[in-house]
Amino acid sequence: MLTKKQNIDAIDSFSENLEIEGRSLWKDARIRFMRNKAAMVSLVILCVITLAVIFVPMVAEFSYDDTDWYALHQAPSMVHLFGTDSLGRDLFVRTFIGGRISLMVGILGALVAVVIGTVYGATSGFIGGKIDRMMMRILEILYSIPFMFLVIVLVTFFGRNIVLIFVAIGAIAWLDMARIVRGQTLSLRNKEFIEAAHVCGVSNWNIIRRHIIPNVLGIVAVYSTLLIPSMILTESFLSFLGLGVQEPMTSWGALLQEGAQTMEIAIWQIAFPAAMMVITLFCFNYIGDGLRDALDPKDR
Amino acid sequence: MFKFILKRVIEAIPTLLILITISFFLMRFAPGSPFSSERTLPPQVMENINAKYGLDKPVMEQYTTYLSNVLQGDLGPSFKYKDFTVNELVATALPVSAKIGAVAFVFAVFFGVGIGTIAALRQNTWLDYSVMSTAMIGIVMPSFVLAPVLIYLFSITLGWFPAGGWLDGSAKYMVLPVLGMSMMYVATFARITRGSMIETLNSNFIRTARAKGLSFSYIVLHHALKPAMLPVVSYMGPAFVGIITGSVVIETIFGLPGIGKLFVNAAFNRDYSLVMGITILIGLLFILFNAIVDILLAYVDPKIRF
Repeated sequence: MLTKKQNIDAIDSFSENLEIEGRSLWKDARIRFMRNKAAMVSLVILCVITLAVIFVPMVAEFSYDDTDWYALHQAPSMVHLFGTDSLGRDLFVRTFIGGRISLMVGILGALVAVVIGTVYGATSGFIGGKIDRMMMRILEILYSIPFMFLVIVLVTFFGRNIVLIFVAIGAIAWLDMARIVRGQTLSLRNKEFIEAAHVCGVSNWNIIRRHIIPNVLGIVAVYSTLLIPSMILTESFLSFLGLGVQEPMTSWGALLQEGAQTMEIAIWQIAFPAAMMVITLFCFNYIGDGLRDALDPKDR
Repeated sequence: MFKFILKRVIEAIPTLLILITISFFLMRFAPGSPFSSERTLPPQVMENINAKYGLDKPVMEQYTTYLSNVLQGDLGPSFKYKDFTVNELVATALPVSAKIGAVAFVFAVFFGVGIGTIAALRQNTWLDYSVMSTAMIGIVMPSFVLAPVLIYLFSITLGWFPAGGWLDGSAKYMVLPVLGMSMMYVATFARITRGSMIETLNSNFIRTARAKGLSFSYIVLHHALKPAMLPVVSYMGPAFVGIITGSVVIETIFGLPGIGKLFVNAAFNRDYSLVMGITILIGLLFILFNAIVDILLAYVDPKIRF
């Protein structure tokens, strides 16, 4: 009897605690994300890499464009941690300065894609009807245009400008985002709180801004973390063809291209940039997977 | 079904027109010209050259002429390779790219689906984990990292395969380009197949089939494989696009005389007509392939047929 009463008390206090600790979607997701070891480790590594690409070039004793004719193709040593390239420039600094450009292009490109894609998808899904059909037709047409080829043309003809590269690759990547957001919006559209907002006389644009966009933010967050690595890849692709950043500035793609030419005699020139890039891409992919598991409504 | 295919074909026409228009005006408004070189030519010579290629006419007239030529399958003369038409250049380069691309694509689909299925059937065993972590490496290793690694391993260190060249597409010269091009898609197909196979194997109709006492291998092959292929088929479109785009890099690295290399050279040389011709051709391939994927999807998923 006594134990039973204790049990009941325990359950009572437990349920009280439950009521106090109401967990929001975001808090729930955060807890689940923190439990995911691969994602957490990736997050830490990524933070370290981000700090490194910002601060290493500032404090290092060499600068990324210092050539040293007495130290061409030097293997890694205590002076040059990652060795030197064919012009005697310190690869340690160049790898991090290249990472700065690659990450920046990746994040800004993804940002452009996310903003255009979310607004386009939300508008299309929310308005519906004829306009939705038309906007989706436009999307389908854009899907079958070989953008990578147009970007190559654009970059060769209009000059190798880093801003142009951002805009160009951001403009390719928003298509998928628009589709995903539209699908989400379609299912949100008929919910009661949207109807309530309509009844209150809120304008369409404000409903999209205040109700639709915050609600699709979860899935947008997942896809943006998966977009960043693909943006980095696209930039490297262009740099590898010699169409990306201009010498003496560099990026991972450009370093890989230089390294590939000399790998028979100086394997470190490709090994270090490649390793950095692959690690970064790994981290972004694991974080993206972790976020998806954490925010997936099916899992709740 | 026929109506569905017809609808797809008709829908492709405006897409192609838009593509031709975009690439035409992009070329015309680009600064610089294919004939500008260090030595400035006398104005009379320039006039003659412009007249030969029809560049002295108003832009709209050039556009309509080009459009009608393209619709008749004539992509015009090359601006840089003086004795060749774009059609001739493309005809020599296309078979090379088509051969590598087709082999890489088929390899990616079959190998990817194969190891994805095995991983799904042995879910949460060491086999599953090792296959999937290898696949993750494949996904984050882009072709332009993988290809130099392959060359370093198999050509420089081991000396098994040549580091580049084509030699009329003999098997030895194709191994490394195909591997470099397809690994990323093998990995992606494997991941997609694994996920969708696990989901399918947990569904009710599979449980029914097992309750009836059918053998497991029969269930996998006859019941689970087809529905599990749905996401795989829808990824075929992007994979095809990726392999064609990737050919630009792979052909540059391995020195193959294909469309991708031709395109990059043409862009660097400002060979307008060649660049436009290849862009239109690739666009046409994309459209065709997307249509094929849609038809395949309709075959796999009866719900799409209408």
